[in-house]
This record gives sequence, structure tokens and C-alpha cells, in this order.
Amino acid sequence: MAIWNSHFECMTKDELEQLQLERLQATLNRVYRSVAFYRKLFDQMGLVPDEINSLDELSRIPFTGKTTLRAGYPYGMFAVPLREVVRLQCTSGTTGEPIGVGYTRNDLTHWTEVSARVLCAGGVTKNDVVQICFDYSLFGGGLGFHYGAELIGASVIPGSNLDPARQVVIARDYRTTALIATPGFAIRLAAVVREKGLGPADIHLKRGLFTGEPFSERTRKQIEDELNIKATDNYGLSEIAWPGVAGECEKKKGLHIFEDQFIPEIIDPRTKEVLPLGEEGELVLTTITKEAFPLIRYRTGDITALDVSPCGCGRTLIRMKKVAGRTDEMVTINGVSFFPSQIEHIFSQIWGVEPRSCLEIDRRGNQDIVNILVKVSEKIFFDEMKKLQDLKSKVEREIYQDLGISVKVKLVEPDSFARETKGKRVIDKRESS
Amino acid sequence: MLTIRNLRSYYGRMQALKGVSLHVKEGEIVALIGTNGAGKTTLLNSIVGLVSSITGQIIFLNADITHQSPREIIRMGVSLVPEGRQLFAPLTVMENLTLGAYQRYRRKEKSKIKSDLDTIFERFPVLKERQSQVAGTLSGGEQQMLAIGRALMSGPKFLLLDEPSMGLAPLIAGQIFQIISQLHRQGTTILLVEQNAAAAFKISNRTYVIETGRVVLQGASEELLHNREVKRAYLGREYKEVWE
Repeated sequence: MAIWNSHFECMTKDELEQLQLERLQATLNRVYRSVAFYRKLFDQMGLVPDEINSLDELSRIPFTGKTTLRAGYPYGMFAVPLREVVRLQCTSGTTGEPIGVGYTRNDLTHWTEVSARVLCAGGVTKNDVVQICFDYSLFGGGLGFHYGAELIGASVIPGSNLDPARQVVIARDYRTTALIATPGFAIRLAAVVREKGLGPADIHLKRGLFTGEPFSERTRKQIEDELNIKATDNYGLSEIAWPGVAGECEKKKGLHIFEDQFIPEIIDPRTKEVLPLGEEGELVLTTITKEAFPLIRYRTGDITALDVSPCGCGRTLIRMKKVAGRTDEMVTINGVSFFPSQIEHIFSQIWGVEPRSCLEIDRRGNQDIVNILVKVSEKIFFDEMKKLQDLKSKVEREIYQDLGISVKVKLVEPDSFARETKGKRVIDKRESS
Repeated sequence: MLTIRNLRSYYGRMQALKGVSLHVKEGEIVALIGTNGAGKTTLLNSIVGLVSSITGQIIFLNADITHQSPREIIRMGVSLVPEGRQLFAPLTVMENLTLGAYQRYRRKEKSKIKSDLDTIFERFPVLKERQSQVAGTLSGGEQQMLAIGRALMSGPKFLLLDEPSMGLAPLIAGQIFQIISQLHRQGTTILLVEQNAAAAFKISNRTYVIETGRVVLQGASEELLHNREVKRAYLGREYKEVWE
């Protein structure tokens, strides 16, 4: 298994910590000098960047949140004059106002480097034909993957946002060996392959790197089986680097975070306390090489846990678990917090498929009551009512055992499911009552 | 080889370094650039123990040398070529070189010193020619060679060079940089302070940019060459473009 940059990906702990400290201090000095927001923030705290003498002291600095970045739209958070910026991108704004992001030439070099590391960890080599099915626009991760794949020397197909049918034809004709897409898109491609009656002789895919959507182990298995490939996960965010914050190696034991460029922390999203290593919480990232758009303790909103145990691939970088959900989706029932994705995971383990579901939460007296509405399609509609009842109670039991909350599963016809849920994963009626 | 964490150096009440962290690995040339008064020379002097009022940590070959005496630090294998050469002008070339090995005579390394001297004469034939000439009468370039030769006489593992090209004609400065590259290729680890940023970038692996006692940029030298701020401030290029 190849490692793209064995110098930075296999450092000893001492070497890495020294490098992180140097880069962190230089970054803090730069943001204090050049970004009005951080200067004001530090001054308010009575904090001088010089005072940060160790990586642990990073926790003395307040967080940077999405709202700050939105307020700074488009150029407010830049640390360099616009003339030094060679690329402008922007987040898609799916969860609100957009965030403008800029890159200097060095930022692009670093981004390309981490993208190449992600691809290399996923097994891409210069002999691969890489098909990138991500939008190549202002919002997309397409360009990041593209430059990384070119740096590796692979033959790159900018598939961009072509529809699945066209992508499959291209993959067949050009003998694509590596697919870069969202997990959902990969499943749609697999369906097209089936519909067209194409077989292993027509599709030459060997591996796929997936990101941009929740990517459960079950989905991974489904993609690997249907497309006959090795599938790996990777993580990034447009505000920092997408792709390129972390990539899974072929051991599939979590995503290696490129700590020479980003310092990760895990916090409790409610108390904002830094959590001990290994505990699940919100991922907070500090960029330590960025010139144009450096971010200090940025709250990603993504829920994961860190793992320092050694990986068989040889990289010494810390790993993050697959993202379990988003803080803004976290639900608290009778004092117990969990994510809808955890419920979906239980469904997929017991039912064998991940049905569309929606949590309906209400309060009766002092008790929160949860109904899980499940869209019933042919896949899970069994003729025998008894069997269905068994599965239902099995899920209810499992959820109670796993999460400690009692729920009721309700099967709903597709039409009324759409009407009742309006596309939401969670309906919380507690606030209105 | 060298690891510095949060170095703060004071001259009386004036703080010259404000928490500098840097490292140099074995076999590297690392450049340190910055404007006048940024703290470059202070940093080198702090490493060799010439600044007494310092806090932080300086680790050389796994040993903490933060508050060691200069004598001890030099004995451990660090050698400084100071700014402005600082030769013993009335003494001859040979005497200057001999003084460079001052600490080693006591340790009965005479034969090793002799062979080091031969190597230095091989590298700088002009010093051999002029070994009995008084150092003050040498040209600028020759004086710089002598200063480097003298530093090498202590048998260093790690060489600190403070503005070796200062006051030299471009052609001679070029020769000095060639010599530094050669020393590096032969295995000497070097920390180089230079005003001539373009040359420093060219021969170094990594660079730190210091500004008023703080590191503001660090990275591979070829990468920093693309940084517009560095270009403007230290390379003099794009001056017009940036300011108009």
C-alpha cells in the first residue's frame, strides 16, 4: 500500500507536535495581524497570540462558528489581500447563507497535496483512470479531486455533474478504474449498470472513493458488492478543504486526518468542553498552513471520535471515525441525545435495508414520545403480518437496548409518508405544544 | 537535531524574541529571513548561549542547552559564524584558525585538528596561501572564508551562519553560497540567517520568516518563494505592482 507523502504521514509524535506548534504559532501571529475578527476576538479575551506555548493551550482560544463566516461573507475573513488570492470558492449554502472561501497559490499547492494523499490512501495510482463525478463549480469538490488525481499522474475524467446514464457509458468506454462520487451517486450508477445489462467485462472499476453524504458500513457493503470495487471513505469541508481533511486507507479502520495541516479536537457540542480522546463529539478543526482563509478552532458540526491506535498501513496520523451525524440533527429525548443516523443504522442491521424514516417527537405530560415513521416500499413489505410485527418489535427492542429510549415504529405508505414528513428526518412537535 | 520551543529573549527590558518555535533536522539547511531588527541575530546568539536572559527551551541532540554556557554549547558541536566575521584582525590566518580549535587542544585531539586544518586548506586554497598573513588585510570574501574556516575548526555538527554575504560583491557572495552548499552536501547541518533572501531560498530546504520577534510564515523554501508577501518584503520584486 502506497503512502503519498511518507514524510508528513508517518512522523513521530514528537516531530509532529513540534511542527504543529510552529505552524500554529505562525498562523496565530498572522490571523492576529491580518484578520479583523480574530484581532478583536483576541483583544477582547486579553489574549496575545504569543501566549500560546503548547498545543494544549489552543483550548484557551474561543471557537469560530459558521455564523461568523457568514457574517464575513464574502471577503471579511480573508487574511491576505484579494490580489494574492488565486481561487475563489464558496460553500453551497444548503444550511443557510453561503460562505466565501479563498486560496492563495500555496493554499492550492497544499490542497492538491492532501487531495493526492486521500486518493493514494484509497489506492489510486498513476495507472488508474479516475472518473470524478463531483460538480466542478464554485461549490463542488470536483476541482480538489481533479488536481490531486493529476498530481498523482492518473488519467483524469472530469465527469462533473453528468447524469448517471452518461457517466456509466463514459466509465465503460474509457475503462474507468477509480470512481470518485457520493455514495448515493454510486448506488445510482450501479442501478444503471444493472438496467443496461452490463457485466464485469464491460465495467472495469476497481476502487471508489466516496464522500459528501452519510456513508454507513451497510452502504459501503452495498456499493462494494454491486460495483465489485473496494470502497473507501474520505472527509473534507468546503470551508477548509474538500476533499483533503482526512482519508481512509485500504485497512478501512477510520479516516487519517492530515495533522500536519489541520489540528483536530473533539468537543461536547452542548458544554463546548474538549472531550477526552476516543469520545464521540463535534469535530473542531484549526488550519495551520492556510494563508488566505485560516480558521482557528472551527466548529464543523460533524460528529465523530478520534482514534490514535496504530494503523496497519504505516501512517502515524490520528484517525477519525466515519461521521456519525451533524450537531444540528442531534435529538434529545428524555435527556438522552442521539442522531437519526443511529436509528437508521439499527434499521439497516435488522431489516437488511435502510428504509426512509422520520422521527416524530411529541411530549405527553413530562414524557417525550417518539414515533418512527417508516416508509414502506416493496423491499420491506412482507406478506406475512406476523413477520413484519416481529421485525418491528425487534427494532424497538434494539433501539431501547442501544440508545435507552423507547420508541414506536409505524409503517406508513409512501404517499402519506411524503405528506406527513415533508422530506424532514425529524419532526419535533414539542416546541409547538 | 535542534528543536526550539517558545524562545523569548530579552535585552534588559526590551523583548527581542516573542515565543519563537523552530526546528532543524540533521542534514538540513534552514534559512531564517526577516527585516532588520526582526530578531534573527538574537536567535542565533541565544542558541549559542550569548544572550543570558532567555526563557523557553532549546534542545540540541536531545539535550536541553537553554541555559548552558557558550563554551559547553560549542563543545557539544554547535559553531557560530558571527555577523561581520568578528575575526582577530591583528592575528594571522593560521592563528585565527588555531583559535577556532581552542577547546579541542585540551582534549588532546591534535592529530584530528591537523587533518581538519588540511581539509579546510583544501576547501579554501587561498587561506593556505595566506596562512601567515594578518587577517585584517584580507579581502572581504577571504575574511568570510576565514570566519567559516575558523568555525569549522571546532569540528561542529551544526553550523550557524549570520549574514555570510554581508558587504560582499555579488560575485564573491555567490562563491560563499557555493561553499555553504558544499558544506551542506558534505553533511553539515546549517541554520542560515540571510538578508539576501533570494539566495537563501535557493540553497535552503526550509525557511522561517520572522517579523518583530515572531515567526509569521514557515515552510518549504520553494513554496515560500510563491508567497507574494515574501516577494514584496524580501525579494523586492513586484514592488510597483503591489503598491500601485
